[in-house]
Amino acid sequence: MKAKLRRLLSWEGLLLAILVLVAAVNANLAPAYVSLNNQINLFQLSIEKIIVALVMTFIIINGEIDLSVASVMGLAACIVAVLFDRGVPMEWAIVVALLAGVLCGAFNGFWVAYVGLPSLAVTLAGMIGFRGVARILIEDRSIGGFPAWFTALGQQPLIGPFPFSLILFALLFTLALIVLQYSGVGRLVYVIGHNAAVARYSGIDVPRLKLGLFIASGLVAALAGVLLAARLGAVRGNTADGFELDIITMVLLGGVSIFGGTGNLAGVGLSILVILNLRNGMSLLNVTGNVQTGVVGMLLILSVLLPNLAQMARERWQRRAVQRKEVQTGVETSVSS
Amino acid sequence: MHTWRQRMRPEQIRELSLVGLIVIALLIFGWQIENFLSARTFNRITSSVAIVGMVAIGQTLVVLTRNIDLSVGSIVGFTAYFVGSQLAANPGLPPVMAVVLAVLTGGALGLVNGLIVAYGRVPAIITTLGTLAIYRMLLINYANARTITVDSLPSWVVELSRQTIFTIGDFAVRPLFAITIAAVVVFQFVLAYTVFGRRLYAIGSNPEAARFAGLPAQRTVLAAFVLCGMLAGMAGFLFLARFGNITAVAGQGIELESVAAVVVGGVNTFGGSGTVLGALLGAFLIDLLGQGLLRWLGISEFWRDALLGLLILLAVASDSVILGWLRRIWAAPALRAEVSNEG
Repeated sequence: MKAKLRRLLSWEGLLLAILVLVAAVNANLAPAYVSLNNQINLFQLSIEKIIVALVMTFIIINGEIDLSVASVMGLAACIVAVLFDRGVPMEWAIVVALLAGVLCGAFNGFWVAYVGLPSLAVTLAGMIGFRGVARILIEDRSIGGFPAWFTALGQQPLIGPFPFSLILFALLFTLALIVLQYSGVGRLVYVIGHNAAVARYSGIDVPRLKLGLFIASGLVAALAGVLLAARLGAVRGNTADGFELDIITMVLLGGVSIFGGTGNLAGVGLSILVILNLRNGMSLLNVTGNVQTGVVGMLLILSVLLPNLAQMARERWQRRAVQRKEVQTGVETSVSS
Repeated sequence: MHTWRQRMRPEQIRELSLVGLIVIALLIFGWQIENFLSARTFNRITSSVAIVGMVAIGQTLVVLTRNIDLSVGSIVGFTAYFVGSQLAANPGLPPVMAVVLAVLTGGALGLVNGLIVAYGRVPAIITTLGTLAIYRMLLINYANARTITVDSLPSWVVELSRQTIFTIGDFAVRPLFAITIAAVVVFQFVLAYTVFGRRLYAIGSNPEAARFAGLPAQRTVLAAFVLCGMLAGMAGFLFLARFGNITAVAGQGIELESVAAVVVGGVNTFGGSGTVLGALLGAFLIDLLGQGLLRWLGISEFWRDALLGLLILLAVASDSVILGWLRRIWAAPALRAEVSNEG
């Protein structure tokens, strides 16, 4: 337990060190980096992704994965746009989009939790299928011209310099932190992710919790999609395409194991900051979006590879030490042991 | 009753049912759609199955070991562009060398995946999600917004997709499709009868048992990823031959199509069961339904993705439910025999 705690601490310590390094380099490159406006802007450019990353943390700790989030975001954005285009009031369009997100989540959750299919396959189908539904709705059009209050919601500051989406993220982060780290439900998420069979034999309603998590994922992804539509001011069939890579990267870089059961929101929070600052710094250096994604991909692999290599080296070193001891103490110890 | 049950395994029934579904779909579409069973439809489906099928072979090898390779789309794009630019620069390059170049390029990219997964112990989904982005980044930097055009390629490359090897009735078999079929035959044999092939199944169905049995798990997984890369490289060459015009986004989305083919083809995503032939049939069924449903229902191209998603889900669901049910039927006589022996 103590060793585990130390490992976690060192993981977050490492992230913190990277963050400080990136921030220092950025501040050196561009004095404007440290301004409050740039910091808010940096958050706002990826605000939808980091909101979804919060729920993704729950899902991955629970031992599942949801590849369909970006498609749900796109679908929700398309529903809002298409309904608005047909003359439905914006408020109702948003409600329908959120309901669609809940439905998508319930659909994924049903197959995973109650039929027992692998979430990788189910949400892969969802990823293709939900995007497909969005394409059916919007075809190859681009719909914009939303009411002023809606686009202002995504683009203008609401309280002080902070826009609505950033305030929402702060609230959701606090809520997620309380639920995951300090509530009974949060403990269940960990227990099931660690060993679903044991959880089931302990009388925990595993399917219900998993269904709940997928519904939450669908709802939050739809909310993020609506926010994205508000920020961009126009929606197309490929809105939010490929976001799942960034979202999953944020969670895994935060020290959450893809096999479930370990990780926490503090790590994910730090990794979000690292990725946002890294991208911001690269933008300051005029590095293109594709290269930025490539660098994030490298970071994702290294974040798992380096600790593994370190552990392998440590194991080899320990084994050699044990062997050396055996050679020194002679044969009788190995016989008696 | 007894004899056929002894001869066949549930997995083979699954392949037969895929063939059955394909035949039913062909009959319905042929009956409902005018001119569906034509040389043109055949040509269109086989050309697209040639590329996805080639990638799906490699994907099968990797999925059998309980891994996944999401970087294949980027590998296909990278190889197509790289080989295309080499051919444009040296038109005298012999065809064999171009193919070898494509396979080696893909193999090198697959090697990186395999080393990280097998020896770095990084989960395959993380590794290949990362290399999906990294390989695409390399390609975009390499391409530098230039496009490879048909005109710049030697004529034999472009001709490859139009030639006919032999005809069955009106249906012409093109070289691209023939190459993929040959690869399927080879790998079907490798999986069924070679030590390497059986190891892939053993490692996928129970990694721990395979390790205790002394199987070289790391080396085998590495080999699966390298082969997957090589096959994706070959698919990159086919892609170049089929389209001729290559941009930096070439091959995007093929990773999903190959996973879909594999899943519909009955390869278990938890590893250990499935065949290359199944994956090819899966690719064929998806393409056939895509082409047929769009024309039959008169719906637009935009419906394709939604149908594909639904199809994958149905395949996975029926796979899990029906196979579990079939396995119980198969296991029943053995169980009864055991009980009567004890009693």
